[in-house]
Amino acid sequence: MSRTLRLVWQDRRARVGLALVVLFALLAAFASVVASHDPTAQLDLVGKQYQPPSLAHPFGTDFYSRDLLSRVLHGARISLSIAVLSVAVSIVLGTAVGLAAGLAGGLVDQVLMRGVDGALAMPRLFLVLVVVALWEDIGVVGLVLILGLTSWFDTSRIVRAEVLSVKSRQFIAAARAVGLGLRGIVGRHLLPNIAGPIIVMATLGIGQMILLEAGLSYLGVGVRPPTPSWGQIIADGQQVLRTAPWVALFPGLAIVVTVLAFSLLGDGVRRALDPRSQ
Amino acid sequence: MHRFVAARLLQAVAIVFLVGTLTFLLLQLAPGDPLSSTSSSLLVPRTVVEQQRRAFGLDRPILEQYVRYLGNLARGDFGYSYREHRPAWHAIRDRLPNTLLLAAAALVVTFGLGIGLGVAQGLRAGSRVDDVLSLVSLTVYSTPVFWLGIVLLLLFGETLRWLPVSGATDPVVYDQLSLLAQAWDRIRHLTLPAVTLGAIGAAATARFQRAAMLDVIRQDFIRTARAKGLAERTVVLRHALRNALLPVITLFGLAFPLLLGGTVLVETVFAWPGMGKLTVDAIHGRDYFVVTGAAVLAAVMVVLGNLLADILYRVLDPRTREAA
Repeated sequence: MSRTLRLVWQDRRARVGLALVVLFALLAAFASVVASHDPTAQLDLVGKQYQPPSLAHPFGTDFYSRDLLSRVLHGARISLSIAVLSVAVSIVLGTAVGLAAGLAGGLVDQVLMRGVDGALAMPRLFLVLVVVALWEDIGVVGLVLILGLTSWFDTSRIVRAEVLSVKSRQFIAAARAVGLGLRGIVGRHLLPNIAGPIIVMATLGIGQMILLEAGLSYLGVGVRPPTPSWGQIIADGQQVLRTAPWVALFPGLAIVVTVLAFSLLGDGVRRALDPRSQ
Repeated sequence: MHRFVAARLLQAVAIVFLVGTLTFLLLQLAPGDPLSSTSSSLLVPRTVVEQQRRAFGLDRPILEQYVRYLGNLARGDFGYSYREHRPAWHAIRDRLPNTLLLAAAALVVTFGLGIGLGVAQGLRAGSRVDDVLSLVSLTVYSTPVFWLGIVLLLLFGETLRWLPVSGATDPVVYDQLSLLAQAWDRIRHLTLPAVTLGAIGAAATARFQRAAMLDVIRQDFIRTARAKGLAERTVVLRHALRNALLPVITLFGLAFPLLLGGTVLVETVFAWPGMGKLTVDAIHGRDYFVVTGAAVLAAVMVVLGNLLADILYRVLDPRTREAA
């Protein structure tokens, strides 16, 4: 593992990604300290509506005269939290199903994997939209659960494939021969050996989840106002694109840089784990 | 080949059946039923509600409802659109051609641009140009598709005024135009949405194609081709590209879900009158059966896309014909 970490650190692009991820995580965590204003405070509805970027308001202000930099920073907190938590849900679930299918084999494997085939056939966004349409007000916790519960399918497939390739190796047979139980084999030998691809999937998954959540919030079915989220600020900004383009531009840039950071990091980890890929 | 196609077709039907089951489960799990707004109203007498529940079969055992639901789906009956006062399928059917047009145009951008870039990069792997292009495609891949649309709209629509920014046709003069001018009007309206939707896929395709090209270019048969003294052009086009295109065909199948999900966002940005925009409007108008119908139809299209990719792969790669 330390060798992998060293390889990741030696990779310039991965280093940039890691630095940006850490930076954004810190900014999100300390948003209330870093941000100069309350993200929902209406500073001066008459005099400060749609102020262009300035020293006082680096990202400008919006219709309600709210400071956009503060809104984007607090949006980072919401968007990153939702992405990380829902990826956690999806990775745990996907790993569990993948392990079950790979280890059990036979009918269990068939049933699980055919179910996954069906779920993968529906575009993820449509699947989420159906759920959001049927359950009206779901809140942030509901959103995390829905995103997590609808995105573990490809994880389970990859974990299953890894399990199948690892489980036939000698050291698993050896562990079984010395009398190690199922739990010991999975915990001590199987999981550590398939951790690499899982970490890569989680890292890249967070970036994709940020995009998905932003899309839902843009459509008005994700995070509800007044809680600021990046997608929702962009939707507000589209209404005034000609007169106040900064409202839509800055949160979009924040998304691009954040997702790019996770992609750079994820690709770096992948290269470190598999020196053949480039 | 026939047996292969038949087997895959059967598999596709099974997957669509699974998707129908999934939507039925979601409909059942969701709070309330299609009549909850009627039944919770104080103005509607209980007896009328009961009568309606019977009329819609909501009082039947769940298994019967399930079989009936699947039967309806199979006949193209997706339920009723309360907003448009007609079958949900008709509402979807009217928008479908627009979405298909957008998706097809986006596919052309995705694969035209993606394969071109990927091949160019693969041939210059490790060079400065390759590095820059890699970063560009990774950045585009990290961009929310709706925001890319907004930026392009601001740039080419609002600022430069080169292209129209909303709808599929000009709302005022379209009907008075000649056939040729109508086609031109459609192309102008299609350009921004299609480029937006295609660009993200192109970035993914370029990454994939670059790797495939790198794999092939190091093979012995490429060295042999060069050693025979063939022109570099021939080596690249006839020997390398032909083999490097194969893995990208799999991407064709994978591109479909991404593409259809993307249409929802892109159609909303550009007010494109397609299935995606219909779905979003239906969600805000609580028109459930349009949403589930569109989702089932999207799944059917994905399954068909995968089927097509499988068959294409088999036709193009003789090695796979023996195996499966």
